[in-house]
Amino acid sequence: MLTRRVIPCLDIRDGRVVKGVRFSGLRDAGDPVEQASRYERAGADEIVILDVSATPQGRDTATETVAAVREVLSIPLTVGGGVRSLDDAQRLLSAGADKVGVNSAAISRPSLLADLARRVGTQCVVVAIDAARRPDSEGWEVVTRSGTTRTGIDAIAWAADAERLGAGEVLLTSWDRDGTGEGYDLDLLRATSAATRLPIIASGGASGAPHMLDAFNAGADAVLAASIFHDAVTSVADIKAQLARAGTEVRL
Amino acid sequence: MTRDVAIIATGTANTASVSAAFRRCGCTSRITTDRAEVRETGRVVLPGVGSFEAGMAALRSLGLEETLRKRIDRGGPVLAICLGMQLLCSGSDESPGVEGLGVIDADVRRLDADVRVPQFGWNMVHRGNTSLPDDGYAYYANSFCLANAPEGWKHATTTYGSPFVAAIERGSLLACQFHPELSGSWGARLLEGWLSRSEAGIPC
Repeated sequence: MLTRRVIPCLDIRDGRVVKGVRFSGLRDAGDPVEQASRYERAGADEIVILDVSATPQGRDTATETVAAVREVLSIPLTVGGGVRSLDDAQRLLSAGADKVGVNSAAISRPSLLADLARRVGTQCVVVAIDAARRPDSEGWEVVTRSGTTRTGIDAIAWAADAERLGAGEVLLTSWDRDGTGEGYDLDLLRATSAATRLPIIASGGASGAPHMLDAFNAGADAVLAASIFHDAVTSVADIKAQLARAGTEVRL
Repeated sequence: MTRDVAIIATGTANTASVSAAFRRCGCTSRITTDRAEVRETGRVVLPGVGSFEAGMAALRSLGLEETLRKRIDRGGPVLAICLGMQLLCSGSDESPGVEGLGVIDADVRRLDADVRVPQFGWNMVHRGNTSLPDDGYAYYANSFCLANAPEGWKHATTTYGSPFVAAIERGSLLACQFHPELSGSWGARLLEGWLSRSEAGIPC
């Protein structure tokens, strides 16, 4: 049976892990190579690195970080943040990413997903969707630029479009829940899960194993979390033990 | 003793991860498209991510189809990973009409309709009669699979919807549908095992 995945996420800038509620109030949280290895030893099923640098120099540093992490990591590595072209994706895959996450660039140019799928294969393409509840109606819309731009695009329909275009997985972040610790947006997960056959990584809002269990029950194949692992509120091993006790199939 | 590994660059594979995994096993690994290297290096890895058609097109344009078949006929150690394993088969549902290498006399089919595709994540491998270290969790990223092993091959199995061939083996040819380079310490032991079994190199 395919197990459910627990995925720590490292936000990196200038070769260091940073933390904060996404892009605001960032502070240093350590060395990415050390942290990635520590998470692997604790039983992480995969690592996601999100490059939050805003400069070309930052991008080069991120590529070096990916290569350094790859050297020690024997589990899958997904890298996202600032992937705007085939060349960006190739650069990260050559440095050692197994999958690349594409976010705003695919919103402004959906054909990028199709181009990527053709060139590097569906299995390497993760569509990262930041979704926020619409303020005055039903459903969710895609947000970009750290949540500052509401695109009006329906998040659920976009997940289905992304599948058709060639994405192989959905990294679904609830912008309302991110950083709150109130749990994943389960309605968003249910709706997305019904609209696509792609595996879904739930992101945004977890503060412990019970939230992850809820996410799996709502259709997530994997759960992502950052702050609860960085702050050592809990460990990957502890989370997986709790999930296993609750009857979820995990790799122990 | 240096253990040389030549990793074939088909253009789309995650060669950086494969190469790093072999470095962690103490090997010198090279990423190559050179026929002589594929013929003569002690061990050859055929990785692969992407479509069956693109993978075969790459092998054909590099002139490596015959080189690989001959190497395998002679018993030269080869490890095929994911799409690499599928390319060894006769054909695939993914690319109707495209001929594979035909080393494994069987066709690759799409995963069951009632499961999420691609299969992304860790699934249990039952080693069966293969030389895999033991039963363990392996990392998969596949939409297609080999349903049954033809006669004359040892094989391991995994179930996703239905059972399928997780790994298939004959002599020093080992082909895995999963990614040993991404399968943690279990995957590392698998690679070590293949490296030591293929210590003798290529028989003349």
